[in-house]
Amino acid sequence: MTLLATLGLTAFYGDFQALFGVDLTVAEGEAVAIIGANGAGKSTLLRTISGLLPAPRERILYRGQAIGALPPADIVARGVALVPEGRRLFPSLSVEENLLMGQQCGRKGPWTLDRVYRLFPMLRERRRQPATSLSGGQQQMAAIGRALMTNPELLLCDEISLGLAPVIIRDVYAALPGIRGEGTTLIVVEQDVNRALGIADRVYCLQEGRVTLEGRPSDLTREQIKLAYFGV
Amino acid sequence: MDWINAIIQGALIGGLYALFAAGLSLMFGVMRLVNIAHGDLIVLASYLALVVVETLGLSPFVSLAIVVPAMFVLGYALQRGLLNFTLGGDILPPLLVTFGLSIIIQNALLEGFSADDQKLQVGGFETASIQITDQLAIGWFPAAIFLTAVVVIALLELLLYRTALGRAFRATSDDPDTAKLYGVRNQHVFALATGISLAVISIAAVFLAVRTTFDPASGPARLIFAFEAVIIGGLGSLWGTLAGGVVLGVAQAIGAQLNPGWETLAGHVAFLVVLVIRPRGLFPKLAD
Ligand SMILES: Nc1ncnc2c1ncn2[C@@H]1O[C@H](COP(=O)(O)OP(=O)(O)OP(=O)(O)O)[C@@H](O)[C@H]1O
Ligand SMILES: [Mg+2]
Repeated sequence: MTLLATLGLTAFYGDFQALFGVDLTVAEGEAVAIIGANGAGKSTLLRTISGLLPAPRERILYRGQAIGALPPADIVARGVALVPEGRRLFPSLSVEENLLMGQQCGRKGPWTLDRVYRLFPMLRERRRQPATSLSGGQQQMAAIGRALMTNPELLLCDEISLGLAPVIIRDVYAALPGIRGEGTTLIVVEQDVNRALGIADRVYCLQEGRVTLEGRPSDLTREQIKLAYFGV
Repeated sequence: MDWINAIIQGALIGGLYALFAAGLSLMFGVMRLVNIAHGDLIVLASYLALVVVETLGLSPFVSLAIVVPAMFVLGYALQRGLLNFTLGGDILPPLLVTFGLSIIIQNALLEGFSADDQKLQVGGFETASIQITDQLAIGWFPAAIFLTAVVVIALLELLLYRTALGRAFRATSDDPDTAKLYGVRNQHVFALATGISLAVISIAAVFLAVRTTFDPASGPARLIFAFEAVIIGGLGSLWGTLAGGVVLGVAQAIGAQLNPGWETLAGHVAFLVVLVIRPRGLFPKLAD
């Protein structure tokens, strides 16, 4: 069943158009990767789905309902949570308070503080510390944990490998199967193509605000991906 | 001994300035809104208490049961219906709009109540005191003011650091866009902050109206006291704000002892001295 669909989605920053008619469908339980170069519009797409950027109402359907014009608080209440690019933890809150912010939307489900701490045990040890005292990888885990605390049906992850060492990236990605195991659908934005192909059922490639390629990783050739990614 | 009595009185009265300041810094902290009409809203609360006292025949302290919730509702509506629209970009629109609001409140009060001085009466309680030694005495009323200030600030502290709403306040202050992602409705949260701010200042407004006279033009002076107490205490720290209020109250008491005309001036001097010696205030929040 289709969980999320965007239909000819456009997005603007003032006069600047960042998305030009993006069509995306995500089925329940799927893991979809979105790849693309710097400035391709990947973050813009996730921010628009989350309600941070305005969209025409009918251009985003969630469970068949038009959610385009809803504010972010209503979208997260329906079960769509974003792990924002650059983590964006709240610096004056402790680690645990950051996680608890996820409960602000009032959704119930399998994810509790205890469950997040079991997924990321080092967060439990540091739960009273300011979020800013964590290492980059731990901050990324806290940002994922905060989004999980909203008990999402659809989790949007924006470059969760950004700025992390390869071993740390591996640890962060190791959490994704457990998250899918709870029935959570995933959209993962990633510049690291191999990392993305490794976890995704399907891949979309964006270039300058347009979808240039879509398919299953096993069906795509390197040349196709290179062409779609760089446009050369 | 007069001196010691005056200083103790001043310190206790500082609790009022601390409450004015706490209201101001709550609004600034949560939404970066500098409310120029803060002092006029304090005076408005005093007049509201006056009306309640005169029409219902209640004691000023009992009138708090009506004034505080009414000011909360007014604050919520004011933020939701007006001030929210000024936020989000430049710092100039909120300054201009609250400046306009200040003028509107002053003129409306002038129309409604004339320029005469007003005062709330609580009978003997205002002057009654506890005799500590035969020369040293602490007034019941200043003591009650200070105790109230401590309790209100402790409650605010609990709200900010122990509740989901307080977490939402602090998260929104850090990063309003990201807070929205987790279900915080900024418009509502801002309105609650202003409602709570006005509830807090209206408590202090009633106490101050018992202690000194007020008229429609008293607002700006109240705003300055609140502002000075915040800066003396250090931005972002509620207990620091209490200390700021006490410093201001003591300075005013010393000034008044030297010369009755120097009361307010001495407060400003103390403010400037603190600003020069410790620009971030006495108890700044940890450096960012
Ligand atoms: N706040 C903004 N104001 C104006 N233009 C913006 C803004 N944010 C992004 N853009 C522009 O929109 C386009 C898409 O940006 P976006 O951040 O979505 O790209 P991205 O694919 O996420 O890139 P990256 O991999 O660097 O994160 C870029 O050209 C960018 O310059
Ligand atoms: Mg991006």
